[in-house]
Order: sequence, then structure tokens, then C-alpha cells
Amino acid sequence: MQDNVNDAPANAHAPGVDIIAQNVVKIFGEGAGQVRALDDVSVTIHENEFFTLLGPSGCGKTTLLRLIAGFDHPTSGTIRLEGQDISHLPPYKRPVNTVFQNYALFPHMTVAQNIGFGLEMLGRSNSDVADVVDKMLALVRMGELRDRRTDQISGGQQQRVALARALAPRPKVLLLDEPLSALDYKLRKDMQIELKRLQHETGITFIFVTHDQEEALTMSDRIAVMSRGQILQIGSPRQIYDHPAERFVADFIGDTNFLIADVTSSAGGKARLLLSSGREVNADLPEGMTPSGRVTAVVRPEHATLVTPGEGELDGMLENVVYLGTDTHYHLKLSDNAPFVVRSQNQRNEDEVFAVGETVGIALESDSLQVLRD
Amino acid sequence: MNILSMKPKTFSLRYQPGFTIIALACFFMLYAPIVTLVIYSFNAGKYISIWEGFSLQWYVSAWNNEIVQDATIRSLVLALQASLYSTVLATMAALGTTRIRPFRGLTAIYAMINQPLMVPEIVTAVALLILFAMIKVATGVQGLFYLVAAHTAFCIPFAYLPIRARLEGMDLTLETAAADLYATPWMTFRRVTLPLMWPGIIAGAMLAFVISLDDIVITEFVKSAGQETLPTYMLGQLRRIITPEINAISTVLLAISLLVVSFFFVVSHKRD
Ligand SMILES: Nc1ncnc2c1ncn2[C@@H]1O[C@H](COP(=O)(O)OP(=O)(O)OP(=O)(O)O)[C@@H](O)[C@H]1O
Ligand SMILES: [Mg+2]
Repeated sequence: MQDNVNDAPANAHAPGVDIIAQNVVKIFGEGAGQVRALDDVSVTIHENEFFTLLGPSGCGKTTLLRLIAGFDHPTSGTIRLEGQDISHLPPYKRPVNTVFQNYALFPHMTVAQNIGFGLEMLGRSNSDVADVVDKMLALVRMGELRDRRTDQISGGQQQRVALARALAPRPKVLLLDEPLSALDYKLRKDMQIELKRLQHETGITFIFVTHDQEEALTMSDRIAVMSRGQILQIGSPRQIYDHPAERFVADFIGDTNFLIADVTSSAGGKARLLLSSGREVNADLPEGMTPSGRVTAVVRPEHATLVTPGEGELDGMLENVVYLGTDTHYHLKLSDNAPFVVRSQNQRNEDEVFAVGETVGIALESDSLQVLRD
Repeated sequence: MNILSMKPKTFSLRYQPGFTIIALACFFMLYAPIVTLVIYSFNAGKYISIWEGFSLQWYVSAWNNEIVQDATIRSLVLALQASLYSTVLATMAALGTTRIRPFRGLTAIYAMINQPLMVPEIVTAVALLILFAMIKVATGVQGLFYLVAAHTAFCIPFAYLPIRARLEGMDLTLETAAADLYATPWMTFRRVTLPLMWPGIIAGAMLAFVISLDDIVITEFVKSAGQETLPTYMLGQLRRIITPEINAISTVLLAISLLVVSFFFVVSHKRD
């Protein structure tokens, strides 16, 4: 991240860079009651990217989005769009549109009037507006409902209208603040696919906010994990999932096993770790970290398998077996009393059966360990 | 009977003993005078309390009475102007008090806007009488202007309250969404805020109209000679012999008020 900050001005005029936030701080309130909603946030978002802000409630996702949209202005730091500093432009002068969490459709206008509103405000001719509205209605598959009032359509349909309304003026960036959180599970899955399709078809940069890690992993090109007003890690879903750099990221996304280990050597982003079992394994290091002494490493439950004792990198006592249809979760206790979970996909012919109370070995896939920055 | 077992029932507000009787008595007190007034407006005789058969003669006589005609027109002109001006001012005040970040003096400002609801009307009336007398002496300007100004002032809170309620109930993200879709602040107001606050504005205007039409204390003090409104004319009549003509005029006023109120209900329900 530090790298991004330093090379941001150089990138500012480079093609392919849409949005650069640089050392953005947002403080609400004054004196003792003040809240640092954003604490030195720097991020570069590329053109045509599906970029997700992921984090728990209150971490500052909406605040960052509102600064990009122009509904609020940063206390310090800058936001650039294609090289231009837009930090203090009002929202109506930014080529950025928003899909609001509660949709915010105009209740006194029809579906078509809602979709045409942005273009109308931009001063397009009536025939132009009508053209684009028709295209947008087709894009979100809402043609038949064009003359309905917006309070006479379902939640999922309102969602589509909100999307069409925000896409109609062809913004450079589309902001989506938890647009799917009000929908039920099935509709949510459909809309996830729909959103990906729309992003692909329009080629517009999407900045998507969610606190649902699964949604973030399935939809995004890149994810920024946020906590308490800071961005902890930016990377592809794979990088974030397989190589979390911080305990918070590892913990927030998916299930994780934490292992305490001693570093015996480290070089070129890799380290040798001495595990509690006395065996040594390879592990990946977070960028720019050269650790020594005691560290915490993580390994995902599905990157470990049960083997006969002594054959794996770790040994443990099997405490509990949870059968979950497609998967089985084995809950173990390691020799140093730390808990450990192994997840294995169920096969038709399960040949190895492990009994509760038994001591078993745990084999870790090569390169599945990741050291945390802590 | 076991008192404990009855306890939950007696706690219900709906089943308080005597509730029905009190409610009926209240309704009777509210409507009996009005019903009497309306019935006696159709009296054929010339006393307001002795029924002598059905007739429309007092409506005809009120209709043909030039003083009544003159007072009616003045009342309507006054109420129209006062409701128009007070609604415009109240709209601006409501926007000013709801579309800003709350600050310390805001409650004081609410109090100032709603001053006419709190200061006894008679005090305002005397104050206006004195002030206007000074202005009239200084400038020599006469006219309906003084009544319009006075009515506008005391109508403001009645117009302000429904408009403010409407604005406070409005989803603020709608205005944010308009700004996001390239609407300048003025266009946001014209295309989103104003259309959505219309029902409040109409309610406020109608309330102001009825309040102005009805006013007597301030009007009595502020009016110059020959500036009778319907209520002050009727008050004046009481000092002489009263005939059912007063009933007829009152019934018409009542009908107008009812029309205005029901019109508002129709309009506001269509909009929502
Ligand atoms: N207008 C405001 N005034 C004061 N504090 C605010 C304001 N807006 C946000 N905050 C605070 O800033 C922090 C970040 O809020 P934000 O809305 O960005 O969180 P979020 O990540 O979007 O959370 P959620 O997932 O619940 O929507 C919170 O602690 C919040 O209380
Ligand atoms: Mg939020």
C-alpha cells in the first residue's frame, strides 16, 4: 500500500487509472466526540474494474463512497478522477453515479422518468433521452414496466431501475452501496450475476460496497478489506483469501487456522517455520516483511488433510467430526492445545475413517501457509 | 368475584368505566350547537330561537344584503392574500429550518416562527393597533394592506407546521440522488423537493385560508372604518336585533370550510 501512495502522482495521468484516493482522512464531529471515519486511506482503482470495499459495519465503507460521489468532502487528502483532483467538486459536476442502498427512486416519477432524469439534467434532447431510456430498460429487462410508478414494483425491480438510472448517463464510475442487502437469498444470487453482466457489457468501473465476504469473493476483480477507517489489504479474491496479510483479514474472510511458529530463516518473500510439532515447513511472507522469532501463520481448513500420525506436518487429537453434506469438518486439538480444523470434501467411497479421540496426523498442502504481519 | 383475575382487563384503556358516556357527551357538546345553528338558518320566523317553519328567506336576504356582499368579498380577498403570502413565507421558513444541520438556536427559531400561537391574540392585536396607528400617522397611507400584513403574520405558523412535517418526513437521499444525477441545487429543488412537498404546501395554504377567514380579534383592532369582514360584521349585528340571517351566513361559512378541508383530503390522498 505504501508503494501505491508513492507512485500515485506518476500514475495520475497514465491511462487505465480511474480513481486515486491519496491519504484521505475524514473526521466527523469535533473535540472529544469526533470520529475518524477514514484514517489515511490510499487506494488506486483501475478503469473497467469491479472493485469491492469489504469490511464490518462502521469501518468507513459508505464514507469512502460518499467522498468519491461528492456528498461529503475529505478532511484532508485528495481524490483524483483520471488525474483531475475532484475532492471539492459538488456531486452534480462529477461523472460518477450511485446506486443507493434504499434505491432512492423518485416516488413522483414513473420508471422511465426515473431512468431519464440524469440525462435530462445533463441537457440531452428529448429524443436522445427516450433512446437511452429504451436501451436501459432493455438492459435491465424492465421494458413492460416503463410507465409504472416506482412504488408499484417489487424490491428486485426497484433495484434494477436504480441500476438503470445510475447507468443511463454513462458515468465513468458507478458506486454501489450494499445494493443487494435488502434482497432475499435467491434474488441476491441472480442480481450478483446480473451485476457482473452489466459491468462486463458497459465497461464502466464499479465500486461495490458489501460486508458479505462471499459476495465480495465471487464478484470482484479486486477487494480492499477495511477495518476502523483503514484499508488493511488490497488484492484479488485469491490473494486476499489465500494470502491474508493481517490477522483481521484472515479472520474476517473464511475460516482459518492460526499456528504459532518460530522463523528459522527468511528470504525472498518466503520463510522456513519451525512448527510446534518440531517439523519445518515453507510459508509465504507479507510484502516487505522480514520476520524473526515467533510469528503467527494461517492455513485454510481445506488446505489440510488427515493422515496417519507422524506422516503429516502436525499431529493432533480428533475432538469432533461435523458432517455437512458436501464437506466434513474435523475439529482437532494440536499438541500445544491450539484448535485446528480440517475440511475435506466428501467422496463416494470414504476409505479412511478417523474416530473421535484418536491421534491423527495433519498434512498441509505445500505453499498453503501464510505468515501474518500482526 | 376475584379481583386479581379481573385486573388485566381493567388495565385496558378502552374499557375504562364511563368512557363511552364521556365520549358521547363530548360529541354532543361539539355538534349540538352547530346542528342547532344550521337548523335555525332555515327558520321562517325572525327570531333565532323560535321555530316557525321552513324557509330559505334568510339565505336570500343575506345574499341581497349589500353590506354582507361587501364584507364577504373583503373577507375572501383578505384570506386569499394572507394565505398566499403566509404559505410562501412558511415554505421558505420550513426549508430553512429542515434543510440545514441542526444547531443550537434552532429551537429558539421554531419558537419565533410559531410566536403567534403562543402570544395571546389580544396582545398582538393591541400591539398591531398601536404600531399601525403610528405608521398611518407618519405616512398617511390607508388601505387593506394593514389587514393583509396582520393576517399574513398570524397565518404563518398554521401554514408552517404542515409544510415542515412534510419536509421532515421526506427521504433526504432523494435530494442526494438528484444531485448525484447532475441536478444543480435549483433543479433538485424544482424537480424533487417541491413536487414532494406539494401536499404539505396545499394543506398549509388551506389551513391559513380558513384561519384568516375566521379571525375576529386582530381584525377588529386593525381594521379602519368601513373595512368590515364577515366575522366583524356578524359581531356588529349582535349588538342589534339578531335574525336568522346570521345563522345563514354562518352555515355558508361552515360549508366553505368543509369544502376546503375535503378538497385537501382528496388532493393529498391522490398524491400519496
Ligand atoms: N454524518 C456522520 N456524522 C458522524 N459520524 C458519522 C457520520 N457518518 C458516519 N459516521 C461514523 O463514521 C464511521 C464509518 O461510518 P460508515 O457509514 O462509513 O460505515 P460503513 O462501513 O458504511 O458501515 P455499514 O456497513 O454499517 O454501512 C462510523 O463510526 C459512523 O458512526
Ligand atoms: Mg454503509
